[in-house]
This record gives sequence, structure tokens and C-alpha cells, in this order.
Amino acid sequence: MSDFQYARAGDVAEALRLGAAPGAAFLAGGTDLLQLWKAGVQSPGQVIDISRLPLKDITAADGVLTLGALARLAEVAAHPAVHPLIVEAIAASASGQIRNMATVGGNLLQRTRCVYFRSHDLACNKRSPGSGCGALAGENRQAALFGTSQACVATHPSDLAVALAALDAEVEIIGPGGTRRLGLDELYRLPGDTPEQDANLAPGELIASVIVPAFAGRSTYLKVRDRASFEFAVVSVAAALRVEDGRIVQARLAAGGVAPRPWRLRAAEAALTNGASFAEAGALAIEGAQPLADNGFKIELLRRAVVRALETVGGAA
Amino acid sequence: MPDPGRIALALTLNGAARALTVAPTDTLLDLIRDQLGLTGTKKGCDMGACGACTILADGRRIKACLALAASYDGAAITTIEGIGALEAPHPLQEAFARHDALQCGYCTPGQIMSGLAVLDEHPADLETIREAMSGNLCRCGAHPNIVAAIAEVAGL
Repeated sequence: MSDFQYARAGDVAEALRLGAAPGAAFLAGGTDLLQLWKAGVQSPGQVIDISRLPLKDITAADGVLTLGALARLAEVAAHPAVHPLIVEAIAASASGQIRNMATVGGNLLQRTRCVYFRSHDLACNKRSPGSGCGALAGENRQAALFGTSQACVATHPSDLAVALAALDAEVEIIGPGGTRRLGLDELYRLPGDTPEQDANLAPGELIASVIVPAFAGRSTYLKVRDRASFEFAVVSVAAALRVEDGRIVQARLAAGGVAPRPWRLRAAEAALTNGASFAEAGALAIEGAQPLADNGFKIELLRRAVVRALETVGGAA
Repeated sequence: MPDPGRIALALTLNGAARALTVAPTDTLLDLIRDQLGLTGTKKGCDMGACGACTILADGRRIKACLALAASYDGAAITTIEGIGALEAPHPLQEAFARHDALQCGYCTPGQIMSGLAVLDEHPADLETIREAMSGNLCRCGAHPNIVAAIAEVAGL
């Protein structure tokens, strides 16, 4: 394991200054950074500890929920003002110990669990640009169905991001040039020819908070995984519906485990508000899926998960 | 002369104040085992997956292998050595013995530290305990007895 220097940022301005230096990595909960460092995947020269910055508050005003980027997942899930879809997604994430450590911002920026990325000696364009994608013709049972490229087929592992995408959340980003906002799914880049960069963040930029607008409806988070707890999603679906007089007036669907970012199923959403059945929405959800040798089962799994999640929220159609 | 590469750290360890220095790369697990000699906390996977290194930091259970020591300046740390002794075991330790909740025992300190945190959350049923204990693996397969021991102390 490589050596690194440690510095604790006293305030946000210091964090931005220290974090912009080449080789610097931000440390919040550390649950992903320490794994990446121990695996030889990431070798920061300097670790900038941002865990004590005043970006931890969870607040609600006029129905709009704001999650400080440094709030711990367990604190978010226990907060009475937090949307139940977010609580469900967090409860399905990691383990009790990890949820006490991991932060909102760190969860959103965690790296893929693709085995080729996590193994320092296997080909991976995300970890080592130009080395090739081992998963493309190798072990690709967990790989993505949507948004991939010839350079990278990795999925994004966050459950929280899927719930936040379905709730139309935005992230507030602070950087040397001030603050800006991105929609949750705009935070992530598709791999294209440059899979090494996961997020639309410049060096030294920080997520300050996540802003979640009100959603007056019912919701559920369905996570399908290889074991019942403490496991990443094979496929997951966040579904939220607002039903008035027996008619769906608002539908939100996002899938996890199938793309390099939380994958909004906008065609299925639009169809649902135009009277489509849950089965028709399930069929639309899988349109355009591009399977590899071993992950084709995820297509049917996604279709069924969408239907199941919609039935849970809206009752059998 | 102090080593400029080391970082000063103040911890409360099992109730006692400690002033220490650590390397920037030390985890709490390295600090507890190698520098402080408290080897009850175990190193299993060292990657956050097995839970053998579970300790309490400010009353919350965490995985010491993924905790950068320098980041925990000022924290109150509780390890298995801080919760009971051979002559005066904690009720959860007694329950583990009564329920035969171990074979090799390597994961047991982590199971007990995690179980203590679960007890603080007042689990309503066995399923809640099973889910809450999923971050602690037992290769010997003592999980049913581990859940039973925690359930007994929880009054279930």
C-alpha cells in the first residue's frame, strides 16, 4: 500500500484549496477510499479529511429536503423529515457498521464494484486508461445493460442515488468558481471513451448537499441481490406514483445495477401517465437494453422488478 | 524530537484518556492491535466485509479496518476489552457462552460489539436482528446461535 500525507480541512475554503492539488483525495467516511487504497486501485498522495466540515445538516423547509453531503447514512435514515423512499434505499445499503460511517456525498461518489476495476492487475479502462475492458469479453454477469461503451460496461453501485434520481433530486456543488447545481443523473458521466472519470466534477470540487423536492405520492425501493442483506444490487427499482381519482398523474421510475448511473425510465414514466398498464411500463423499461454474454438475465429481471415495484406502490393493475 | 510524519491523536479508549501519535496511513484497527496491543479486535478481511474488527466509536458501531485513525481525533473508542472481563463478563458475553454462539471464536469480539449496538436499537424480532447483524460474518456458521444469544438479552 502506498503512503499518503494527511491533512484535516478546517473550513470549506481550505478543503477546496487542498483538494485541487494533483494527487489529493477527499476523505469523508472513508469506507470506499480505504478499500480502493488497500486494493491498490487508488494511491492518493494526500488525503484531505473533510469529515468535520459543517456540511452535515438535514433540514426540511416547504417540503424541500436538504441533505448535507457529510450526513452519515444512518443519520439520514433515522431523520423524521427524510422521504421514505430514501430511508428504504439506505436500509437496503451495506451493513449497520458501514451506514454509521458512510456519508451522503461519499455514497454518491463511490466507485464501481466491477471486479476488473477493483483488481489492480486486471485490464480496466476506468482504473488504468488504455488497458482495455476485461469485463467486455470476460466476467460480465454484473455488467450494465444501458449507457455502456466499448471502453467500459461497469454499473454504479449506489442504492441512494437511484432513490434520489426517482425523486428528481439535485446536488449542490461547491468549487473554486462558486456553487452550481446538477440534476442527480447529470452528476454522472456515461463512460464513452473516457470511463476514468465517473462524475461531472472538476478536481477540488465538492458536493455540499443534496436537495430533494417534495413528492406527494407513494413509493417503494425494490432491490434484487444475490443474498438478502449486505450485498450490492443485481437490479433495483425505485418507483414513485401519485394517483388521483384512480388515475396516475405522476410517475417516477429509476433503475439501479443496470447502468453507469441511476437509470431513469422516462419512456415508462410517460406511458404510465398516459394510461399504460404496469406490464406495458415493464416492457418499455427494457427497451434498448444491450446485454453481454452473461448479463442477459438482467433484462427480464428488470422488467419483472419494474412491474413488481409498480404493483407494490399502486396495487395490482 | 517528534517525528514530523506522525500525527498527534487524543482518544478515550475504553474509558481512559490516551495521547498518541499515528502514521497518516494507520487505521483504527492497526492502532488498536499493533500499537496499543489490544488484540481482542480482530483483523479478518481488512476490507469492511467481515465485521471481525467491529468497535464502537462515540457509541456507534463501525468497522475499524475502514476507519482512518487520524480522522478519529477526540473520539471515544470502545473495544471488546472495554465491555467485560473474564471474572465479570457482559450479559451478552454470557449469553454467547450459554447459546454456544461460536466455534473458532475469531469473529466473536466483532459479533459481540455489533450485537451491543443492535441491542441499543431495541430489535422487535429475530428477523430484525438477523438483518442488523448482516455485517458480521461467521465462517463456522454459528449465526443461528448468535441471533439467539442477542435475542435473549433483548428479552425476545
